[in-house]
Amino acid sequence: MNYTLSLCFALVACGSVLLAAMLTPCWQQKSNIQRAVLSLLLGMAGLFACAAGLTGLASGGGSMVLPLGLPWLPMHLRLDALGSFFMLVIGSLVLPVAVYSQGYLRHEKRLTPLAVFLPLFVLGMMGVVLSDDAFAFMLFWELMSVSSYFLVTHEHQHPENRKAGFIYLLMAHMAGLLIMGSFAVLYTASGSFEFSAMRDAELSPLWASAAFLLAGFGFGIKAGVVPMHGWLPDAHPVAPSNVSALMSGIMLKVAVFGFIRVTWGLMGSGDFQWWWGALVLAAGSSSAVTGVLMALQQHDLKRLLAYHSIENIGIILIGLGLGMLLAQAGHPMLAALGLIAALYHTINHALFKGLLFMGAGAVLHSTGSRNMEAMGGLIHRMPWTAALFLIACISISALPPFNGFVSEWLTFQTALMAPQLNGTLLTVIVPFSAAMLALAGALAATCFVKVFGVVFLGHARSDIAENAKEVDGWMKLGMAIPALLCLLLGVLPALFIPVLDQVPQALLHTSLFTDTASQNWLWLTPVDAEHASYSAPIALLGMLILGGLAFWWLHPKGAILRRSKMWSCGNPHTHARMQYNATGFSQPLRRIFAGMYQPDEHGHAERHQHKLLTTRVKYVVHVGDMVVKHLYQPVGQVTLWIAKAIRREHQRDIHAYLAYTFATVLLLLALFT
Amino acid sequence: MSTFLSQQLIDGLAALTLLISFALLAQHRMLSVLHWFAAQGVLLAVTAALVAYSSGEHELYISAIMTFLLKGLLLPWMLWRVIRSLHVHREVEPLMNNGMTMMIAVVVTLFSFHVIQPIAVTSELMTRNSMAIATACVLLSMLMMITRKKAITQVIGFLAVENSLFFAAIGATNGMPLVVEIGIAFDVLVAALIFGLFFFQIRHTFDSMEVDAMNASLIHKDDEE
Repeated sequence: MNYTLSLCFALVACGSVLLAAMLTPCWQQKSNIQRAVLSLLLGMAGLFACAAGLTGLASGGGSMVLPLGLPWLPMHLRLDALGSFFMLVIGSLVLPVAVYSQGYLRHEKRLTPLAVFLPLFVLGMMGVVLSDDAFAFMLFWELMSVSSYFLVTHEHQHPENRKAGFIYLLMAHMAGLLIMGSFAVLYTASGSFEFSAMRDAELSPLWASAAFLLAGFGFGIKAGVVPMHGWLPDAHPVAPSNVSALMSGIMLKVAVFGFIRVTWGLMGSGDFQWWWGALVLAAGSSSAVTGVLMALQQHDLKRLLAYHSIENIGIILIGLGLGMLLAQAGHPMLAALGLIAALYHTINHALFKGLLFMGAGAVLHSTGSRNMEAMGGLIHRMPWTAALFLIACISISALPPFNGFVSEWLTFQTALMAPQLNGTLLTVIVPFSAAMLALAGALAATCFVKVFGVVFLGHARSDIAENAKEVDGWMKLGMAIPALLCLLLGVLPALFIPVLDQVPQALLHTSLFTDTASQNWLWLTPVDAEHASYSAPIALLGMLILGGLAFWWLHPKGAILRRSKMWSCGNPHTHARMQYNATGFSQPLRRIFAGMYQPDEHGHAERHQHKLLTTRVKYVVHVGDMVVKHLYQPVGQVTLWIAKAIRREHQRDIHAYLAYTFATVLLLLALFT
Repeated sequence: MSTFLSQQLIDGLAALTLLISFALLAQHRMLSVLHWFAAQGVLLAVTAALVAYSSGEHELYISAIMTFLLKGLLLPWMLWRVIRSLHVHREVEPLMNNGMTMMIAVVVTLFSFHVIQPIAVTSELMTRNSMAIATACVLLSMLMMITRKKAITQVIGFLAVENSLFFAAIGATNGMPLVVEIGIAFDVLVAALIFGLFFFQIRHTFDSMEVDAMNASLIHKDDEE
């Protein structure tokens, strides 16, 4: 047992969310107090989680045994480097979401279920990160899954929310089952539920592969990896926006944490086989491209963001897969680079996706709609939200000087090390997945041009957009914190990456290249200075100078400024419906990738008297998720068919039961002689 | 009587029991089913008495007498009364045609001989051959329960299973302890009484003795609810 400051912080964080879950039902009648207590305790938890993460990364974690749980298996908790990092990820989003919730939940009528399940959800995630035995891990994992189910079905009066919740619960349980299977394999090898024993266990290659596949599919379902992602675009949008921010921002990351914990931590990089990394890389590439392609065709703002989560999980997996390949090929330092790229993207995605969902929540809060086609021109009415949302858009599009660029650039730098790998197959796969990553990045940028352009620019397409109001100070502050962090992580990566160096040291027993780990704040050099290096501060400075010059050149002093409507092509008589809309913007891509989308299009023109006099044109397009259509629905149908057949067998007459008995007797006689 | 002769006799009686099982399965009329059932009971009593005589286990005489009274007279009489008062004595109404049932019965008999063979080789009891026949009889009685529509034939099938088990017990172990046998005999008697009561109740409720009609009635009720 080893109490340290960081572990104390982590326990305080867990305690305050537990306290929040227990205290908030006391003020069921006074929703103001309830909301304040919830936000305060949640914010405290976020703050302490951040503190635990930072101190854990800086000065090492600790471990302890709590006398809870099964009689012969007390709860083992441990805060190591990996756990500390994920505590930091959790804390850095829980804190702003807590601030944001204070404003967002102001008009919430049924606050109590949220006030109970939201802290429990956060507790579950923190517990998963802290637990050091399989039992505690599964306990907290299920706490996280089940409480988030109640959050998804918070607005259960709509039948589609209940359906989304059901599919979510089903997939979460399947994931839990697979993960349990993986722990079962590790338990057989080690004879103990404690992670410390599992780390030392020797696995035969076959069993190691079984454990890897079970863990990969289990955590993959929860992380929304293609093709197991079908539940995610349904479940994330229907939750309240602050919850969506947490689900997309951290819960998916907890699944990534679980994957790293089991494969890199418990099995160890010595057990890696070459196809594991290739599989992770392939899953990552397909998730990245599929996620962003599907996102491009969505009109529901939150559903679009949910598909982008799939894309970003894909990018994280590409980093991890590269790391696994390099570790297996005997390049631990390069593997460490891949791992760092994945982890860096993890925290980046948590921040900007949290910010995006909070921004979407702000738009939803003031317009009451998630449909992008009904919006437009919100930048005039919600300038703060628009500015903060723009920061998140730039970050997720991987443009400098924000943080998304740094992590994707690091991933590319790792991919460029592919020639170090042995085997022609790998040297083909890796550049291919790098190309997929580049494609995903470009498409993501397109998608966010569409989002920002359609939602915030132009002019209002409906009354709800016309009458939108800026959100209150709490929500603005809640969005400002992650925006600031996005900028900081984007400008000063060279200061943050050496802090992360603890994680590869613990998992791979190696640290980063000296150039990378050195505290040179100006230059980030992944391998060495001859290869490549990036200086975010200089890039930022250059951008500011160029931008300033451009502004000065375009708006010279005293020049007369003519303001007119956006995207009117100079035509003074415009109508809001003449603007480029979301469907129109994504149309070219719908053509290019028609094979993947298989869009369901219907065009109809009403003509009046003459065939050239078109009075009205109607165009309806629907792009369904191919995975849902070709994987989820057939599996569901087969399951239903089997269930029906069994039910028919259950309702037979007595002769059939007697015949079953007879057949069983005959079978047993035949078997036991 | 020499051991050889008694063994021959027991084997002969066992063969007769098997024949009766086939006969039970082949009958068309309810009353003849009942007659064959009574004959099986009597045959069982004779077998028990013969085993008691040749093995010198005098307790078996008592169980032979009990078997005769209970299975040879009392149970058939009770069932006969039920059949008469319910007017179901005409047709047995099989689910499967008779030829098919007999084919299956032959296969099942061969199967049970095949299954029991390893035991029969190692056994030293004089009744060892009867084991295979008893197993076959149990299976044939079950087959009778499966392939008949009327509830009464199913009860007769059930009682025939019990008969075959008793036969197996005599054959395999020279009879169970007397206490156990008396207990089982009373169980069977009580079961027969309860079945008898049930028949009247079922007739009263469903206006039919066919199992299908009961099912249909239940499903119909479900639909109404």
